[in-house]
Amino acid sequence: MTQLFLSGTWGTLRLFLLTLVGCLVLGTILAAMRVSPTPVLRVTAHTYVNVVRNTPLTLVMFFCVFGLPYLDIRFAESAGLNSMILATIALIAYTACFVAETLRSGIATVPVGQAEAARAIGLTFGQTLSTVVLPQAVRTVIPPLGSVIIAMLKNTSIASAFNNRELMSAMRNAIELRGDLVITILLATAVVYLVLALILGRVFDLLEKKLVILR
Amino acid sequence: MTADPNPAQTSPQPAPGRPLVEITNVDKHFGEFHALKDITLTVHHGEVVVVIGPSGSGKSTLCRTINRLETIDNGTITIDGKVLPEEGAQLAQLRSDVGMVFQSFNLFAHKTILENVTLGPIKVRKLGKADADALAMDLLTRVGVEHQAQKFPAQLSGGQQQRVAIARALAMKPKVMLFDEPTSALDPEMINEVLDVMVELAQDGMTMVVVTHEMGFARKAANRVAFMADGEIVEVAEPETFFTAPRSERAKDFLSKILTH
Ligand SMILES: Nc1ncnc2c1ncn2[C@@H]1O[C@H](COP(=O)(O)OP(=O)(O)O)[C@@H](O)[C@H]1O
Ligand SMILES: [Mg+2]
Repeated sequence: MTQLFLSGTWGTLRLFLLTLVGCLVLGTILAAMRVSPTPVLRVTAHTYVNVVRNTPLTLVMFFCVFGLPYLDIRFAESAGLNSMILATIALIAYTACFVAETLRSGIATVPVGQAEAARAIGLTFGQTLSTVVLPQAVRTVIPPLGSVIIAMLKNTSIASAFNNRELMSAMRNAIELRGDLVITILLATAVVYLVLALILGRVFDLLEKKLVILR
Repeated sequence: MTADPNPAQTSPQPAPGRPLVEITNVDKHFGEFHALKDITLTVHHGEVVVVIGPSGSGKSTLCRTINRLETIDNGTITIDGKVLPEEGAQLAQLRSDVGMVFQSFNLFAHKTILENVTLGPIKVRKLGKADADALAMDLLTRVGVEHQAQKFPAQLSGGQQQRVAIARALAMKPKVMLFDEPTSALDPEMINEVLDVMVELAQDGMTMVVVTHEMGFARKAANRVAFMADGEIVEVAEPETFFTAPRSERAKDFLSKILTH
């Protein structure tokens, strides 16, 4: 039983960590596109964010887990690994929208003059964004970014419906084995999510304190 | 720099060198609003041009078109013979030759004073960190803020921040420096520390375009004064001539307003 929960927690963590990296990268790219001087990039990112953000995550999962294989897109031989990758893609695609919007609100708080000063010394758009604007934007949005990431952690539970081994599927298996302990198992599962989320919250609190900018 | 042919005069004679910034028939609109009207102005190597005029007359806009922070609708602007390129790497390269100092300093809030100055040399000029640090410390010493190198911008006074901003621009070894009302946001007691640095720069032969209402600076350092009103350059004259005997009515009117205080 403990074994079941441990491997479930590991499955959730793995899904979480992969998605974390992916959604931060894709979210940053989308935010950069939304403020870029090139209209095509702006419109593309805007459309993507608005479509995906307003689609239920379950549907995004359906699209990735059943739609992509239908289009003959496969990532691994083993079915389990393939489902895991597809679910991760769905979570990244979905969460990146929220990361992008959060970052964009942070970008808006960075005084325009600083970006102009950066361009005036000859930094390109990309350099201005990566060395002057984004570092400051990220610092101001750490609390809301924390909420986005915690929401993503909980959203990993939806992957259980798509043939993934993580906490929720472990929980269901456990209930099948020991129906008499259903309340305990439910509570135990909740506690694991709670502990993971609290740890995350603590990490973001520390980041916020560490990265404060004097103005 | 060539020797001053007429040392008795307070301000140097105009046009010491060949053209460096050439602004020709430039027009600029903000929507319906005509912000720059057929502006033509040439700034020569080593020359200091002060731009003066009422608020809203287009001084900042003119300054910002010179490094293309504002695009123009018509006309041409060349820097050292090169036409300003469109957006992209080439424009960034050209901008690095044009230093700019803003009214509100615009130092990078998350970087130390030293990092503010080394960012451009490292990222654009591809200097090593040690070389960039040495260059920056040199410039910070020159503007008198070397002891603040490890602090953050918010820990400095306005006058110190503006001197850092000047050092940051100088670190790119620009061909020309643009100043947009560099002392307007400063407390009165800090104005001179910034003007002193600018006068020194002018004396060292830096080409400068300076938007300012500081007549003392114009008299001491400028070769020419360009007076703007309603998006036009109404009058260009030597500082003494301009301040004592302006030709246009609008300049007379403007000077009477700023001189009554
Ligand atoms: N980004 C902008 N959008 C619209 N109007 C602008 C913008 N920038 C400046 N203007 C207008 O252009 C005119 C000239 O502005 P500016 O160059 O800042 O004047 P100055 O620096 O001489 O006070 C002003 O009337 C101002 O309102
Ligand atoms: Mg102005």
